[in-house]
Amino acid sequence: MNRRDFLKFAGVLAFGIAAHQSVNLISQSRARDEKKSTKAWAMAISFSACARREGCRDCIDICHLIHNVPEFDNPKDGLRWIWASPYESVFADQTNPFNRGMLKNLSVLCLCNHCDNPPCVKVCPTKATWKREDGIVMMDYHRCIGCRYCMAACPYGARSFNWRDPRPFIKNINKDYPNRMKGVVEKCNFCEERLSQGLIPACVDICPEKALIFGDLNDPDSEVSKVLRARFSIQRRPYLATGPRVFYIF
Amino acid sequence: MNPLILKERLKKRNSFMVKIIIGLICLLIILFSPVGYNVITGRTGYIPLLKTPQYQGDCVEGTIYMRKRHMEVLERWRNAYVRDGIKRYVSINGIYNISLTGTCLKCHSNKAEFCDRCHDYGGIKPGCWDCHHIPEIKAEK
Repeated sequence: MNRRDFLKFAGVLAFGIAAHQSVNLISQSRARDEKKSTKAWAMAISFSACARREGCRDCIDICHLIHNVPEFDNPKDGLRWIWASPYESVFADQTNPFNRGMLKNLSVLCLCNHCDNPPCVKVCPTKATWKREDGIVMMDYHRCIGCRYCMAACPYGARSFNWRDPRPFIKNINKDYPNRMKGVVEKCNFCEERLSQGLIPACVDICPEKALIFGDLNDPDSEVSKVLRARFSIQRRPYLATGPRVFYIF
Repeated sequence: MNPLILKERLKKRNSFMVKIIIGLICLLIILFSPVGYNVITGRTGYIPLLKTPQYQGDCVEGTIYMRKRHMEVLERWRNAYVRDGIKRYVSINGIYNISLTGTCLKCHSNKAEFCDRCHDYGGIKPGCWDCHHIPEIKAEK
């Protein structure tokens, strides 16, 4: 091969590689656009419907039953995926004194907000927690090293830590779902395992007052989209720019 | 040098050598005592025997492959299920739900006579069972 042929060959080769790369880039960006059209799961919780049954714990009990969340006598060891707290502590930033007086005895249902911009994900050093395409903030308990950075980062107290081996404290073990072990953090997963089977979250399913509304925000015809378009709703601490996906309506 | 002193030194050295040799023999005896124990009790050819009491058709992959690489399959399953949201596994034998308790242990339902036999033999302690559950064993016929 003489010098001229070599230069010709090298030129053709360089062009080929460049063409291949650009085709790849285009197809990748197209694949990314297609992925964007997935779900965006969200929940709306109605204060008034929830308050209609005083002392009702159906959603908490079913969640903790199917996810093997243990019950400890000492609240310091306690674990929770979904819980009820007084209005003035959940919405401590809502300082309107008239609302506070009116809603004094209201207990508000709380769970992981599955934020658009989750601070827990940012601080996790092992990527044990991350945000899925459909907006669910997932936990990989295999990877959690129990550093509890995420618990410090979460402004909603949605995460709890296994200080003790939970298994002896689970009253009725659901063998279809694993429990956790000592030294990992756990939280609500929006019933990811039920969603993959085409079911709605257990808390939404069991609520006798239909106070919990769950659905896809990307679908304008979903129940949650319709409710949130039609009714006044608030989020927990929205000024932190976490973008909570759990909304509260009256 | 005085030949008497030389004799004394040689004697000292010899007794030292004897001590070292006795020590080495003791070490070898301790090292090979497990082998000796197996030879005496006639268990040199021991191979763990496994049972799959609830056998229901083909495994997700071939037996030889699974014997050698089940831990890799389980790790791939784990990452696929939890991290990538893939809930089904397609192999040449069919389509399976990715689930340790729901798929693997459905056939290999007797953990003590399947998983533990080899793991105990190899001195391996997998942490799977801290969180995942073992289905109850149905009465064998």
